[in-house]
Amino acid sequence: MRYLPKSPADREAMLKAIGLRSVDDLFAPIPAEYRLTRDLNIPRQMAESEIVDFFRQRSRENGEGYTSFLGAGAYAHYRPVIIDSLISRGEFLTAYTPYQAEISQGTLQSIFEFQTMICELTGMEVANASMYDGSTAAAEAVMMAVRLTGRRSVVVARSLHPEYREVLATYATHQGMPLSVAGFNDDGRLNLKELEKAITPETACVLVQSPNFFGTIEDVAAVAEIAHRHGAMLVVSIAEAVSLGIVEPPREADVIAMEAQSFGVPLGFGGPYCGVIATREKYVRQMPGRLVGQTVDKQGRRGFVLTLATREQHIRREKATSNICTNQALVALMVNIFMTVYGKVGLKELAKQNLAKTAYAAAQFAKHGKILFSGAPRFNEFVVQTSEDPGAINSRLLGHKMVGGLPLKKFYPELGNAALWCCTELTTRSAIDTAAGLIAESERSMRSSSVASSKEEDVEEVAR
Amino acid sequence: MPYPTDRKYTKEHEWIQVNGNSATIGITDYAQQSLGDIVFVETPKVGAELTAGKTFGTVESVKAVSDLFAPASGTVTEVNADLATSPEKVNTDAHGSWMVKLTLKNPGELDGLLSAADYEKFVAEEAGH
Repeated sequence: MRYLPKSPADREAMLKAIGLRSVDDLFAPIPAEYRLTRDLNIPRQMAESEIVDFFRQRSRENGEGYTSFLGAGAYAHYRPVIIDSLISRGEFLTAYTPYQAEISQGTLQSIFEFQTMICELTGMEVANASMYDGSTAAAEAVMMAVRLTGRRSVVVARSLHPEYREVLATYATHQGMPLSVAGFNDDGRLNLKELEKAITPETACVLVQSPNFFGTIEDVAAVAEIAHRHGAMLVVSIAEAVSLGIVEPPREADVIAMEAQSFGVPLGFGGPYCGVIATREKYVRQMPGRLVGQTVDKQGRRGFVLTLATREQHIRREKATSNICTNQALVALMVNIFMTVYGKVGLKELAKQNLAKTAYAAAQFAKHGKILFSGAPRFNEFVVQTSEDPGAINSRLLGHKMVGGLPLKKFYPELGNAALWCCTELTTRSAIDTAAGLIAESERSMRSSSVASSKEEDVEEVAR
Repeated sequence: MPYPTDRKYTKEHEWIQVNGNSATIGITDYAQQSLGDIVFVETPKVGAELTAGKTFGTVESVKAVSDLFAPASGTVTEVNADLATSPEKVNTDAHGSWMVKLTLKNPGELDGLLSAADYEKFVAEEAGH
């Protein structure tokens, strides 16, 4: 990103033009007692070489060459080099929102293609130009269902990402939308009996994630049947977009709210990411977010334009479909390029590799720890229960330059020493084997220490 | 323009034409002019209950989405199917394009509405701003 500073001569000329002598004179209207009369307490300016050196040193403090087994809504997939070289082009990097169609055909066309590909992947009829991320997309989709049904309560699966639930709760609390949570079975899926009990004539929608937080694929058709029978809509959240390469999309859903980060968006310490909402054409007028449409100009040539904008924040205000009036254009462009470069065949292959590596990992870990939720199919994540606290195991893994699975105690305390592990196409067999080996060691030492303590008790007994 | 005297008007620019116990509702020429090209009309379903003064649908043009306010309370008996295919008819003939027919619940409510002459005066004041 370039920075074009002004020269002292430029400043002089500007001050002269407005009849002032110094920049300080510009602040004269502020009463003297409120004006700071000393320099700000910040370090002196640095030369370019010092700045480059400073950031090089800071970046060396980051861990490099680690294998991560973390998932839980943010996935480490390979990013083809072409993504960054294309999105760095000025035409894309610094372009503003395409409000003026005449000069924004390139941007609009790329967004239109993004929407089209999302529809092809999800089996929906229309998709928007992106939302902030998967969590707000889910919350927005729920509010969409509330508007469409005229009902206010929501039933949420406990197998939905806990932080997505927190985001939804923030919106729900302040908008008077009662939330009820339905638990999960031993197979990790939403408990259908609990769901039936939780739905009332006031339920606007059921919100479920698939593959869910545990990596398990939900029985979307069964959930849809129950929701629709009660006149409620079904919103399905998808956090791992790569799953769409091989898992049947939730066609029975009324609204799909997904996170597209897996498609070429860097992990970036948590963002920026790329949410998307996809739905049926009949609901398009209640769908939040920007929408690009294809049309023809006066000469009959194809063109693209932002459409249905009258539903948006700046025009409809408190009756708008959302208070958010922007999208993640550049991040969505990364997703767009990723989908284009992989294509239908590539995405399927990518998904298969994720599935295969995870299946291998689960099989290896199963020899030593307990794999939960094995009764239902899973994609690229699984939950392992160990005798030892996962935090302790993970500390040891760090010594091998590995980041272990996410300990689940703070979200699901009843699962005890459980952790959520994720394998992607980037996870190597040797990393999996090493991790499995460390878990094996952990289990052995836990067993022998419990054996040792029981042996001590025997000795005491004999001594008495 | 002279507004048809066979009906009454609201300050939200709807007109209501009464026939015995049933009534027909639409929007005025002033409304269609202010809105611009109309692209979509959102109407309630047959059987829906309207409450006088409350919103019962929307009119969407290229530049805005406007709420429709019920001039009187009642039950919807018919919805104009033309609106779905040719919403632009509301622009070309606002007073001839009806939106919703209903059975009136409380005909007395109409007494509080504007006559054609009062509405014309009201519009002239609005336009004057």
